[in-house]
Formats: sequence, structure tokens, C-alpha cells
Amino acid sequence: MPVTLETFPLALRDWLCAFLPQEFHWLLSGLLVIIAILTVFGLGFAFITVAERKFLGRFQNRIGPNRVGPFGLLQPFADAVKALTKEDIVPATADKLPHFLAPCVIVSGALLCFAVLPYGRHLVPADLDAGLLYFFAAGAFTELAVFMAGWSSHNKFSLLAGIRALAQLVSYELPLLLATLPAVMAARSLNLQTIVGSQSPAAGLKAGFLPNWHLFSPWGAAGFLIFLIAAIAESNRSPFDLPEGESEIIAGHLTEYSGFKYALFFMGEYFGLIALSGFCATLFLGGWQAPYAALEVIPSWVWFGLKVAALIFTFIWIRATFLRLRMDQLMRFSWKFLLPLALINLGTAAFWLLTAHWQGAWWIALRWFAAAALVIAPYSILGRRLFRGLGARTYEYAPNN
Amino acid sequence: MLGSGILKGLLVTARNFVGSFHDRERLPTVQYPEERAPVGEAFRTFPFLVSDCPADADASARLAGLRGVACQICERNCPPRCIHIEKSKDKKPDAAGKPQLYPAVFEIDISVCMGCQICVEVCPFDSIKMDKVFEIAVPRRSPELLLDRDRLSKPNAYYRRIRPSEAAAVDAARAAEQAAAKARADAAAKAAAARQAAAATPPAA
Ligand code: SF4
Ligand code: SF4
Repeated sequence: MPVTLETFPLALRDWLCAFLPQEFHWLLSGLLVIIAILTVFGLGFAFITVAERKFLGRFQNRIGPNRVGPFGLLQPFADAVKALTKEDIVPATADKLPHFLAPCVIVSGALLCFAVLPYGRHLVPADLDAGLLYFFAAGAFTELAVFMAGWSSHNKFSLLAGIRALAQLVSYELPLLLATLPAVMAARSLNLQTIVGSQSPAAGLKAGFLPNWHLFSPWGAAGFLIFLIAAIAESNRSPFDLPEGESEIIAGHLTEYSGFKYALFFMGEYFGLIALSGFCATLFLGGWQAPYAALEVIPSWVWFGLKVAALIFTFIWIRATFLRLRMDQLMRFSWKFLLPLALINLGTAAFWLLTAHWQGAWWIALRWFAAAALVIAPYSILGRRLFRGLGARTYEYAPNN
Repeated sequence: MLGSGILKGLLVTARNFVGSFHDRERLPTVQYPEERAPVGEAFRTFPFLVSDCPADADASARLAGLRGVACQICERNCPPRCIHIEKSKDKKPDAAGKPQLYPAVFEIDISVCMGCQICVEVCPFDSIKMDKVFEIAVPRRSPELLLDRDRLSKPNAYYRRIRPSEAAAVDAARAAEQAAAKARADAAAKAAAARQAAAATPPAA
């Protein structure tokens, strides 16, 4: 393989491996992948925290952190020093072992998710056949960790957070999973590289000019939105940050954590966010592929990074905009709205895939129209039912304007 | 349309985001130690003592020029009782030339002071006024925040600088009072002189 920007990471690995005898290559290359993931996403985590704070500031007409280093870029390192030097307090009545394990579990669970993501044309640490299932299995560690933290802290706020987290994460796991299934149907595989391959520009463009990503099909757009909403809920971010809900239950499951364990929880949550963004890019935004064949001069892993960055920016934007939901609204939204929509979306995707052979302008227009109707009609009907009886508040004695 | 509110909300924050990079109006932050927001004329923090002395007077001149007469009205009226005054044993002439007591000790514990300005309202001698300093962070509460006479007394020029219109009104009132007192004294002196003259020359019977 010629060394280009595209294959540069692999070439680096092979070059380093050449220093060891043949028998240890598997070990060293495995370790190198782990080191690469830890470094890239560790730094990614650090800079996402500072980017989040700076962007949130801008979204709210503030400046954001700008004192540590140029433009405040060294802020995460100052935070790390602070977290490391703080006293680690464990409540006397806490269940010590789960209390200690919870932060480790949340970080390791999120790190496990990184194993199957295809970062580039040749860059996938573990190319599992059931990569998608593995991702969900590893992602479920978050729930476990949050509940462990809530339960073992022996604090009523933590326990409330644990219960909230279980309810929320279980209810949003379903739409999350269902929203990904159409992509599996389109690729006829659970392997993430194959799912990326099914969106390659080589197979033609969507509607003549759009990149051949699932996002640009009716079911893909719907699935993407459902996935995005469920992903925010899964990663406990505003407006679904009920488990943490500072204004209601102090810091939820984090109430009894301090110092580095607290930082580990943040790390786990951001790792989870990055992993979900990467997963979302893989399923709906064509993974590591350039939108058009002409743009393939830029290496595939750069495209992947760009897409993940764009998604994370969207998450920050959403966090800056919306208010936290109430618990009953959260549940209703998932079970009465997202879940049926995700189920119907399976049908839409099936229709779309079964009509792939339709030819001629009229038939293609009909295909788009029917699929779009299958998305929009349930959306507006379910939405109306969801919000029935709710509306702008009217006041008896005040003029309504 | 269902969901349009969500898009509207996203648009608002997006406008903030883009606007804050080029529109000064959208980024009202004042970066404090380097930049400062102007403080209003009525802004107040803690009391200080006005001294009728030149602007660059040294400590003893500042103490000599204090207007206060140690009447202790402010001490008695301060709600948290953070003023401590001890009267002098001797008397010194005040601005009008009348011998008056002066504060031998005048202390305000500004870590207790709540900035209510009651001391200023009750002082009959325009001696105590509100300051505008607010960067008073110190490592210890005492004695750094227990201000004594030396640190409390500030020249009238300072008062004029931080509160121009109020100081001008006070100065005008004091000048008028002093003029009136002088006129009274002159009149009294004249009357006394006239009485003396009358006593010296017995009335022509
Ligand atoms: S401002 Fe109020 S609290 Fe402060 S010294 Fe004067 S009377 Fe006391
Ligand atoms: S500051 Fe005013 S009220 Fe207080 S003792 Fe002096 S003259 Fe009296």
C-alpha cells in the first residue's frame, strides 16, 4: 500500500511494529490502537469541554473562558489539575465498592464503544460483523454506571437521579435502536463498515445532486432526527439532563462525587457523546466518506472528524437553546411520539428499499412523495395527539396578545 | 406547524452565536480588570470622612481638617453599630472658628458596614460621606478592614471628584452657613462695639 495521507496512520503503526519481532506484532498493534484512541479522544474530550463552554458563551452573548492560555485553550488542563488535586470524599455510609466502580464503569463503557467505529477507509479497530449490536451493548454501560452511582451514594438526591436515569435511558434506548434499524436494512448487514459502504458516492447521488447519505432520504432524515433526540437523552444532556437536574436534585448521581471521580463521570459522558456522534455519522452521514467523489483528496478520517465535530456543535447548540423537560413530558415524548414514529419509519424504509428499482421521472417523484408522506403524516398526527389540550395559556382578566 | 417553535428557538441562539462575533451590541461583557464599566454618581460602598484640606495634604493635615465634631450621632444611628468614636479631651477651632471637640478615635469596621448611608443622612456637619472604592479584597479581616481615622479621612477634592454635584451642593450650603455665621458674628461684634461705645459715653441726659 503506498503511503498517502489516507494510509498514514497504518503506515505509522507498521513502522513502529517493525521494531519488534514478528510474534509480538499483534500485541503491539493492538496496544498502539488503544493508545491512539485514548490520546485522540482524550484530547478531543479536553477540547470539547472548552469548546462547549466557549460556544455556550457565544450562544448566550457571553465570551466564555479566555484566561488560561491563548483564547482559554489551556483551560481543560487547568481543570484537570484542579480535579486531580481536590480531595476525594466518600460518604461514610456509601456502598464503597460500587461507589468506586461507577466512574470507572462509565468511562470504560464509553471507551468500549470506540472499538467498532470505522474512523476511515482502513481505520476500524475491531471490524465486528455485529458491530451495531456491540455498540449498543457497550453503550448500555452508561445506565448501569449512573444507577450504581445513584444507589451506592446513600443520598436521596443521588437515588432519585439513579431512578430517573434508569427510566430515561431505558425509554430512549428503544427509539435509538429502532431509528438505526433502517440503516441496517439498507445495508443488509450489522457491520458498520458495510453500512458506510452502502452510502458511497459511487452508487450515485440522491435526487441527482445530494450526497448518497441516508440523511438525504425521507426515512433517513426522520431516522436521523429521532436518533439525534434519543442520543441527546442517552448522553444525559440538556434538555434531557434530568438525572443531573441541578435546579431540582443538586447534581443528581454526581452529588456525592468529588475530585477526579467527578471528572471521570464527565469524561465518560463526553466519550459517550463523541461515540454517539461518530455512530450517528456512520449510520446517516455516510461515515468517513466524502460527500462527493471529487472531494476524496481529503483523507477519509478527516471527513469523519469533521462530521463528528459538526454533530457535537449541534449538540452544543441544542443545549444552549432548550429548557429541561419535566419527567412526565420526557416519558410521554418517548413512548407516545418517538417510539411510534421510529416504528413507522421502519415501514417507510421498507417501502423505499422495495421501490429502489422504480424508473422514470414520474415513478421517482411518486416514490419520494409517498415516502415523505409516510414520514410527515404520522409526525403531524402524533404531534397533534401529543399536544392535545395544551396550548398558549389564556388569562381570564388579562388581554390575550 | 408543529415544531416551528423549536426552530425559532434555535434561530435565536444561532443569531446570538453569529452576532456575538461581529456585533458589539450582542457581546456586552466588560472584561473586568482590564476594562471597567462606569459607575454611576450615586454608586456607594462605605463611608469616609471629608477633610477640609488641600488635595495633596499629608496625614496630619488631613486629620486637622476633619469636619466632624465627635458628636457620635452616626455611631448611635448606625444599624449594625460598626462605627466607634472616642471624643477628644481638648478642643480645636472648626471652620467657623468656634472651638469644638474632634474625634480622637474614629473607626469603621467596613466588614460589618452594610452601606446603608444612614450615618451620612444623620450627620449634621457634612463630615461623613459615602465612598466609591470597591476593590478592597484583603487577606485578613482585621486590621485591614477596620478603617481608622488615617485611612478614613480624605480631602474634599476627592469628594468633589467622586460626587461632583452632591459635593458642590454641600460646599455651597457650607459656604452660605459660614457666611451667615460670619455675618452674625460681625453683627454681634458691631452690636457689642456699639454697646461698649454707648457704655463709654454716657447718654446725654
Ligand atoms: S453606612 Fe450604614 S452601616 Fe455603614 S457605617 Fe454608615 S450607618 Fe453604619
Ligand atoms: S461624622 Fe458627623 S455624626 Fe458622626 S460624630 Fe462626626 S460629626 Fe457627628
